[in-house]
Amino acid sequence: MVKVGELSIELEGRPLVEGQARGPLLKLTRPISFWGGVDPVSGLIVDPRHPEFDLCITGTVLLIPGAVGSSSSSAILLELLREGTAPAAILMGKADAILALGSIVGLELGYASIPILEVTRTDIARFPDRADVCIEAQGRITVN
Amino acid sequence: MPLHLTQIERELLAGSSGEATAMCMRVVIAAAELLGAESLVEISSSHIDGCLYHGDGGVEFAEALVKGGGQVAVPTTLNVGALDLLHPDVVQADAHNTDMARRQMEAYVALGAQPTFTCAPYQVGHEPKVGEQVAWGESNAIAFVNSVLGARTERYGDFLDACCALTARAPFYGLHVEENRKATVVVDATGVPETLKSRDVFYPVLGTWLGLELGSEISVIRGLPSTTTRDQLKALGAAGASSGAVALFHVEGVTPEAPTVESILKSASDRPVANLTDESSFAGADLVRMIELEAHGIQAALERLSTAGDTERIDAVALGSPHFSDLEFRALHRCLRGRRVGVPFYVCTARDTLSEMDAAGISKDLRESGVEIVADTCVVVTPILEAKVGVLMTNSGKFAHYGPSNTGYDVLYGSLEDCVESSITGSVVRNHEVWTW
Repeated sequence: MVKVGELSIELEGRPLVEGQARGPLLKLTRPISFWGGVDPVSGLIVDPRHPEFDLCITGTVLLIPGAVGSSSSSAILLELLREGTAPAAILMGKADAILALGSIVGLELGYASIPILEVTRTDIARFPDRADVCIEAQGRITVN
Repeated sequence: MPLHLTQIERELLAGSSGEATAMCMRVVIAAAELLGAESLVEISSSHIDGCLYHGDGGVEFAEALVKGGGQVAVPTTLNVGALDLLHPDVVQADAHNTDMARRQMEAYVALGAQPTFTCAPYQVGHEPKVGEQVAWGESNAIAFVNSVLGARTERYGDFLDACCALTARAPFYGLHVEENRKATVVVDATGVPETLKSRDVFYPVLGTWLGLELGSEISVIRGLPSTTTRDQLKALGAAGASSGAVALFHVEGVTPEAPTVESILKSASDRPVANLTDESSFAGADLVRMIELEAHGIQAALERLSTAGDTERIDAVALGSPHFSDLEFRALHRCLRGRRVGVPFYVCTARDTLSEMDAAGISKDLRESGVEIVADTCVVVTPILEAKVGVLMTNSGKFAHYGPSNTGYDVLYGSLEDCVESSITGSVVRNHEVWTW
């Protein structure tokens, strides 16, 4: 469901991991493998072939069109959570157990977890890069 | 539909097998719910990708399971760790990382998993049968067990693989379900020259193309030789699982679920998909698209595998991702013919394969040629390479993909023969002719 207000867009995502968060949108133009793609200490995208190479994902609402590659990506997300370098939230074009698992296990180990939401392809197109994004319970997303 | 749990599963959740299994059950259930599974499926084996050290969180998780009295409930193999436990000097990590990496590997062994420490458990005697339900981690192992062996696993990430192993359960969804294993794309390789298709060097490139082009979509490839080898399929899947999220591909007349293209295509009785083309050629299978493999697509995938395409010198060679098989060792042995390599030359393999090569006298010969054999781990997952920059040559699509980000080296892709010839003096030797089309 989409409502367009004067200044903001409201969308609904499917929560894979529930939670609330706010941050600037970082819209990845290609899928990414966190393992080999993101450095958990710095939060930087380190895959030189990735179009968003060298950008920092820490504190952002990270929009990923899809995940690729290594099944170790859940471990990288866990380390990002542990190091405090994780994104504020992750929005995914396709539900993926690999990344969500990092957040679920983080909860089990008592780390601060982050919301992960599945969003539709149509909605992905509606997110302007760098917008201020607010995520509330039940998957409500406000884009300012 | 909410997730249905059996009586036994509810008891495991309540702690009937201890706190570790209960925690694993919570994780399996959380995963099942987010994936929309309606039930769990019993599994008969697991391959755990979680023993590679990425940071202290992974150690904390594994040791929490040990402390909670956890034991694997099905035969379980272990993926590579961050150390070569057989050759401790190979990895150049600091004391903290070395200690934590060792603790992580040992914790999984304490949980009852077998210390295989390989990304290719299917090469050391762990071969689930067609149709068997399993929970495997490690992207190349997932692609291999699904595609080449015909067993059924989803793409399990770190942690979920271990949780499945301890509970003997996995979310019943995705590739565990027969109808979801059908192909929606036919990749036609009949136009590719037979000489190219007979070469090992073709398969990582085909896999890279497949991953880039299809992401996680399931394909059936037609027109590959019936003699396509396991090592070639291994290389195809590993490359596709690196450049994309390939977890299952079929090869007509080669892989077990695709005796013919028609038999594995998504049909009208399955859930429909978009982009319909050319129904006439595949009766009853009208919901698929066809892609013909063309020279420019393969050339682009080939070029993508090298970030140092113009270099004339290399600084190191790395082979064995996925881990070298016995046949690959023998091929390397034949290629080298006792010559000495002139640059650092690494071959990564499983400790079980290494002991076979020791028995055959092959590892001794290779070491005398200057080859360093790495077991239990590999050069892109842990610091092994001597320098921080340079050009690394490899015949592996997976090394070529992850090399630049994980090692700092630029990469040059070539065949086994190219790698060996280039390693003798450090001057690049590559056979370009094989790609003429």
